[in-house]
Amino acid sequence: MEEDGCLNSFLTPVCYYIMMREPWKEKTIRLLLLGAAMTAIVIVALIFVFLGKESLPIVHDSNASSLLGTRWNPVSFERPVYGMIPLIVGSVLVTLLATLVAVPFGVIGAVYIAEVAKPAEREFFKPFIELLAGIPSVVIGFFGLVVLSPIVKSLFHLQSGQSAFTGALLLALMSIPTIITISEDAIRSVPASYKEASLSLGASPLQTLWRVTVPAALSGIIAAVMLGIGRVIGETMAVMMVTGNAAIITASPFESVRTMTATIAAEMGEVAYGSPHYRALFCVGIVLLLATFALNTIALRVMKKYRMGT
Amino acid sequence: MTKRRYFEKPIYWLMRAVTYFIVIVIGYILYDIVRGGIGTISWEFLTTMPRRSGAEGGILPVIIGTFYLVIGTVATALPIGMAAAIYLTEYATQNRLTRTIRLAISTLAGIPSIVFGLFGLGLFVIFFGFKASILSGSLTLACMILPIIIVSSEEALKAVPQSFREASLALGATKWLTIRKNVLPYAIPGMLTGSILGVGRAAGETAPILLTVAAFYLPKLPASIFDQVMALPYHLYILATQLPDVDAVRPMQYGTALVLIVLVLGLNLAAIFLRIYFRRKYRW
Repeated sequence: MEEDGCLNSFLTPVCYYIMMREPWKEKTIRLLLLGAAMTAIVIVALIFVFLGKESLPIVHDSNASSLLGTRWNPVSFERPVYGMIPLIVGSVLVTLLATLVAVPFGVIGAVYIAEVAKPAEREFFKPFIELLAGIPSVVIGFFGLVVLSPIVKSLFHLQSGQSAFTGALLLALMSIPTIITISEDAIRSVPASYKEASLSLGASPLQTLWRVTVPAALSGIIAAVMLGIGRVIGETMAVMMVTGNAAIITASPFESVRTMTATIAAEMGEVAYGSPHYRALFCVGIVLLLATFALNTIALRVMKKYRMGT
Repeated sequence: MTKRRYFEKPIYWLMRAVTYFIVIVIGYILYDIVRGGIGTISWEFLTTMPRRSGAEGGILPVIIGTFYLVIGTVATALPIGMAAAIYLTEYATQNRLTRTIRLAISTLAGIPSIVFGLFGLGLFVIFFGFKASILSGSLTLACMILPIIIVSSEEALKAVPQSFREASLALGATKWLTIRKNVLPYAIPGMLTGSILGVGRAAGETAPILLTVAAFYLPKLPASIFDQVMALPYHLYILATQLPDVDAVRPMQYGTALVLIVLVLGLNLAAIFLRIYFRRKYRW
């Protein structure tokens, strides 16, 4: 047969190549699909490139050195300054407060849903809490503005309910679904044998829960918290609507603060393209991008190390 | 033993109280928006033009704007996301390229929405010269929801049993024929369901469209994809914070919030129920 001849001659490698090669149609489809998958890389690269491209020319501005300063006053007539420190402090303050509130609630909620709740409770709670993640942040911000901030105002006898504290409460609320969903998965994936060993040694269910199950799931819980924090830092609308937006450095949770995200959103509409102010806002964007990138990378590392799903 | 149990009881109650508290807060937010907005919703509110910067009249162009944005976003992100998911589940081998693609997807998922806004402003609005338009906004939102679509599509593809593929390949079908005839028909419902979640996210996000498309007040319908539009989330923000007498327009604010929340949560609920439905239908 012709094929045998081909297979037994010096042309064998060529014959194998022709027989085994991917038909051109298959190859085209594979490459098209690969191209689609590569768009993710392209978009990430473009994000870094364009944020850099729009922000870096600020070094030509005489006020560029003020970027690391402690005053953000970009519309001053005499000498505009773009100190990002107050904005970073504002973001960090709000994020820390939000984390302090969200972690106990999120972790206890996750432990309860994973290990204590009756099946019927769990069937209802999990989707319901995930529903919260679906509520648009502008609606949460609106709720904070209309309902929560008057409560905070009268509760603490403040002049205005628009404070870092109000923002932090809203952000805690928004990060709780992330923390609960991922922590709950981590807690449920702790092997039953751990719990059985603890129970058979005479530990009570509650002791087993907090001293065996939760520590065993700790890495997953930490990853959940970090992803939650990532969401809090990047949150824009809710924070812009309730924190009062004063660009001052403060450690008091009842002062008005301004975060990085809110600054970009509030001021970008009014700046001229290419002005130092415009570039400074892109610089703030880069700080934000790098902060969330670092948090998410660490969280994913932790999750991967302990073989959790992404 | 019993003594210790007795002592532990309050702790269980505390944990239960914390969980119920979270659920009650969520419930209260939904209740407050529905209670505040239900009185405003009327046929007139949904189908007429706004007047006096949105303080009076309806929200027709706002709904239409969000609708166009969502259509544009889905038309861009869905084909790319589904194709990427097919590549990752059916073709990709464990190599550096695949790992880089996966890293890029999880990076994208973590980028704050306002940064997507800056990116859209720099790339689509200025560099490509699309100006603030439906096109710029849709493309920006598409970049943002791409990871959601890829991840949920991948899950749908992985749920199709390996034996389906093997059976087809054993009969001599090529790889693509196998995917097209024996994998996709069973995966597409799941892929679309997961993508609805991305659509919900796109409809509710404010920060990206703030910088790329949204108009403060534009009481007319868009004529082309190069027009600016109003959009529900941004309109709510404007009504709640930018108008001179914010207390007087409270009914309009609640009405807009309710329409937005019904749209977004309606999409999410539809996704949840469709998922349950398809899980029951395709059981192997």
